[in-house]
Amino acid sequence: MSEKRVIGLRCRECGSEYPLQATHVCEMCFGPLDVVYDRDVVRSRVSRESIAAGPPNMWRYRDLLPVEDDVPVVSLGEGFTPLVRAERLGAELGLKNLWLKNDTMNPTNSFKDRVVSVAVSWARSHGFETIACASTGNLANSVAAYSARAGLEAFVFIPADLEPQKVITTSVFGPNVVAVRGNYDQVNRLCSQLVETYPWAFCNINVRPFYAEGSKTLTYETVEQLGWRMPDEIVIPIASGCQFVKHRRAAGELLDYGLVDGRLPALTGAQALGCSPVYNAWQAGTETVMPVKPNTIAKSIAIGSPSDGSYVVRIARETGGTIDAVTEQEIVDAIRLLARTEGIFTETAGGVTVGVLAKLARAGRWKGDEVVVAYLTGHGLKTADVVAGADGVSEGTRRFEIEPSMKSFREVVTI
Amino acid sequence: MPLVRIPGPLRSLSGGESAVTLDAGDLKSAIDQLESRFPGFRERLLDPQSGDLRQFVNVYLNDEDVRFGDGLATKLEEKDEVSIIPAVAGG
Repeated sequence: MSEKRVIGLRCRECGSEYPLQATHVCEMCFGPLDVVYDRDVVRSRVSRESIAAGPPNMWRYRDLLPVEDDVPVVSLGEGFTPLVRAERLGAELGLKNLWLKNDTMNPTNSFKDRVVSVAVSWARSHGFETIACASTGNLANSVAAYSARAGLEAFVFIPADLEPQKVITTSVFGPNVVAVRGNYDQVNRLCSQLVETYPWAFCNINVRPFYAEGSKTLTYETVEQLGWRMPDEIVIPIASGCQFVKHRRAAGELLDYGLVDGRLPALTGAQALGCSPVYNAWQAGTETVMPVKPNTIAKSIAIGSPSDGSYVVRIARETGGTIDAVTEQEIVDAIRLLARTEGIFTETAGGVTVGVLAKLARAGRWKGDEVVVAYLTGHGLKTADVVAGADGVSEGTRRFEIEPSMKSFREVVTI
Repeated sequence: MPLVRIPGPLRSLSGGESAVTLDAGDLKSAIDQLESRFPGFRERLLDPQSGDLRQFVNVYLNDEDVRFGDGLATKLEEKDEVSIIPAVAGG
């Protein structure tokens, strides 16, 4: 019988403590709750060797996750996605040590599989029979797949105007799809009222403290795949800011447990100008994030009322990072730039990340030899229409239509 | 009179009540009345230093976040519905 390493929940704001249960906000101040670990137990177990002996997926970091050893995990092989060196994109941007964490390679093609694998594992082992979520698309996709895998019922709540590709790839897993006539913030608000009535595990609401911990694995992997080295800077897309906060936590844990030397990486956030509440606060020099009404093609990160926005501003400042935002055209240009230089097709959120990376690089943020990592959190097929031109190929791509003859080829195709 | 919906985390203060009607002309006076009926309410909703709504407390007048409007000075009408909702993470 192994010692328990997961001991409770604690409010990030006021420090109030709670037992391990499905709850997401502090009763005292409504602050977010974080999982508390017995650090001595974790320290006694985790090492580079114990991690290397684990499976080739994110569960190799199980000692750092809130799912005890005796709980069967619901897994589709999420995580341990490729960290690729981006020489050609780096050359365009003047970065010699640019790396891309290609999280589009997850089972449902977004980083959400990391958080959902943790959430569904936790929820199933705590007796929940229905998994639910409010989603901009990627979370719904993942919740539907992992619920199917676990044999649990799923209810996914999405804005009714979500991209059709995302609805199809979610509905194939057989969840109940509730299309809400409103934007994501309104969907989320509805779900936070439903959670009080229905005995369901809402991944991003009452199971959020556990769910959010799964994000950390993206940074653990990055450090391990760099040969147990901290990058100098990481560029991360910001929606609610939940993920961003967890990367700070992950890097801190790696240092605390002696798994890596060095200092915290600069954490830099990326938003679309069409939904940039955190960038606005950063520009105004305040941690008070005022809500906005989203209007951007980067729907998967279009959260107008970001719950962790103030923490993002603080962490970016404390780690020496920055927060920037890009236009709709810059998002599309960045998707194409990444695709033609590195052979990776990312969705609009990845376009935001690469767009901000490119913008900062061209503005002279880096000398050129820093180790910079960009997190590509979702696959391009999810939002393929944004790069489509009128003739059915990506704008800027040469397309020739010919007769099936050598003659026609020679006449029409210019080489 | 405007109706105020009370979220789960605050129902230990409201004796389990999930909605109350108040005779209040604006949000600030609604919170004052909640405080007099359920002592401790104000502290949960308002930042003791700034006196503004706490960072993680979202208040909606009908369908609109009051931060898009006049915040605590938001006027309440006869048939308005006020919802107090904790901020949640996204996806």
